[in-house]
Amino acid sequence: MVSKFTLKAAFISLMMLLVFLGAWHLATQPKESTAAIGGDAEYAALMGKGEQKTGFPTPAMVGQSFVTYLSDPFYDKGPNDKGIGIQIAYSLGRVALGFLLATLIALPVGFVIGMSPLLYRAFDPFIQVLKPISPLAWMPLALYSLKDSDISGIFVIFICSIWPMLLNTAFGVASVRRDWINVARTLEVNPLRKAFMVVLPAAAPTILTGMRISMGIAWLVIVAAEMLVGGTGIGYFVWNEWNNLALPNVIFAVAMIGVVGMFLDLLFGWLQKLVTYRE
Amino acid sequence: MSQHFLTVENLKKVYPSANGTPNPPVFEDINFHIDKGEFVCIIGHSGCGKTTILNVLAGLEEASAGNAFMDSREVKGPSLDRGVVFQSHALMPWMSVLGNVAFGVKSKWPDWSKDKIAEHAGKYLEMVGLGHAIHKKPAELSGGMKQRVGIARAFAIQPKMLLLDEPFGALDALTRGTIQDELLKIVQATHQTVFMITHDVDEAILLADKIMLMSNGPHAKIAEIVEVTMPRNRTRAGIHHDPQYYKIRNHLVDFLVNRSKTYAGVDAEMFHDPKNPPLVRPGLEGDPAQVVALPAEKPAPLLKQVVNH
Repeated sequence: MVSKFTLKAAFISLMMLLVFLGAWHLATQPKESTAAIGGDAEYAALMGKGEQKTGFPTPAMVGQSFVTYLSDPFYDKGPNDKGIGIQIAYSLGRVALGFLLATLIALPVGFVIGMSPLLYRAFDPFIQVLKPISPLAWMPLALYSLKDSDISGIFVIFICSIWPMLLNTAFGVASVRRDWINVARTLEVNPLRKAFMVVLPAAAPTILTGMRISMGIAWLVIVAAEMLVGGTGIGYFVWNEWNNLALPNVIFAVAMIGVVGMFLDLLFGWLQKLVTYRE
Repeated sequence: MSQHFLTVENLKKVYPSANGTPNPPVFEDINFHIDKGEFVCIIGHSGCGKTTILNVLAGLEEASAGNAFMDSREVKGPSLDRGVVFQSHALMPWMSVLGNVAFGVKSKWPDWSKDKIAEHAGKYLEMVGLGHAIHKKPAELSGGMKQRVGIARAFAIQPKMLLLDEPFGALDALTRGTIQDELLKIVQATHQTVFMITHDVDEAILLADKIMLMSNGPHAKIAEIVEVTMPRNRTRAGIHHDPQYYKIRNHLVDFLVNRSKTYAGVDAEMFHDPKNPPLVRPGLEGDPAQVVALPAEKPAPLLKQVVNH
């Protein structure tokens, strides 16, 4: 049963979308040029005047792109012409790989740092300096040392997703309720069991928050990285269509980036809900 | 070594201060002993270090000086021999009620099968009247029920000694009463050795064999040890009909209200020997009115009531 409140909100959302599309449509209508009256139409066209499009695509043109690409998302006609599904799959693959590598390192290291106040302090300056570096700044170094654009892209995802996970894991582990640790201590629970049965579940919501932030950043960065390294992926697709001056396709791709990003966030939101406990 | 089950010798705790100047010790010269099967309560005002003493016995904190021995072995670090019930119940909210108790059981007997652990844990939950709620999460329970789970978890590992840190402090009076009854029943049935912190004088009289009275901190000491001389088969409903009850109660309240201050600080009562705190039996005294009528400003005749031990 959908509540009245939800229906109202959905209605307002729909209205906003319609207003936006309407404004867009009006703003991109072809205009009658004053120069065309009485003058040489051909000359006017040569001068870039006369009846012409404003250049920015109309909603209808973008809608056409949506239909074209979504009706056949997985075609593959050579390196410069692949379906949007394949491009997104490439991007997701890179993000998944880089993110997985980051998780494999950030969680154990964060755990150890969180357990030891000394290490926490010792690691802190490095993390504070490395964290604000734009992941793309690593690109030249990655390209030089890894000598492979594909691996470099994955490396960039890795380096940008590691920090929020590392910090949140360390923070979550460090701030596990003293009482729970004391319970484990009085029960003489061995360190490994304590880590997996007490500390990990207690810190899981904080860790998942870090992973969610990391995933958000990774999806932001992959687009930029793929524009740089090229070849495949949604970022490359955007760049390629820009070079073709196919703006409707660019807008379509931008919308797809948003939708995929939203679903990634929803996925992590759902995982977060799974591990959150009520006290 | 002593023949007592638990012996505490010259315990002292100093917390480091923030600015480097030495803090006065919270408590010092704490000496007492507990025999097997005894139920000992400790009463004192906030800040006298009761919880610290309990944490030292639990092995969660280290004393600045002094020792504690249990079963002729020094207490060093936490141990499954000593079960702790925490003031804030300290249940893991991501585990079910059964899971919380089973976690303790599994820690004590790692080789047991899953079924055996669940059965054992279930038995103890049944004992505290929670047999119907074993699959609930702690968040779905009331405060009293949570504390029952905490008690079941501590009993389920069958410790040699149970340490209770004000377990009923956060509960309302009615709930507190029923859980006290349950605890009383269980302790009477199992002859568990218990060390318990409480603020509630009636609770102490109902449950304890001996009540240790602590003076105010800093420099807190054990001022007296009150023996509860009423027969052991007490009930909450009938205890106040015992003529001893009010004598003991008056003695305790009088201590907390008037006399606990006179032991505090450097000007503490000089007749008092903290290494051997007087054991008093106010329940057997002739005239309780005498104790109650003591003027507050006059130092109490502390040694008057001493019965040699």
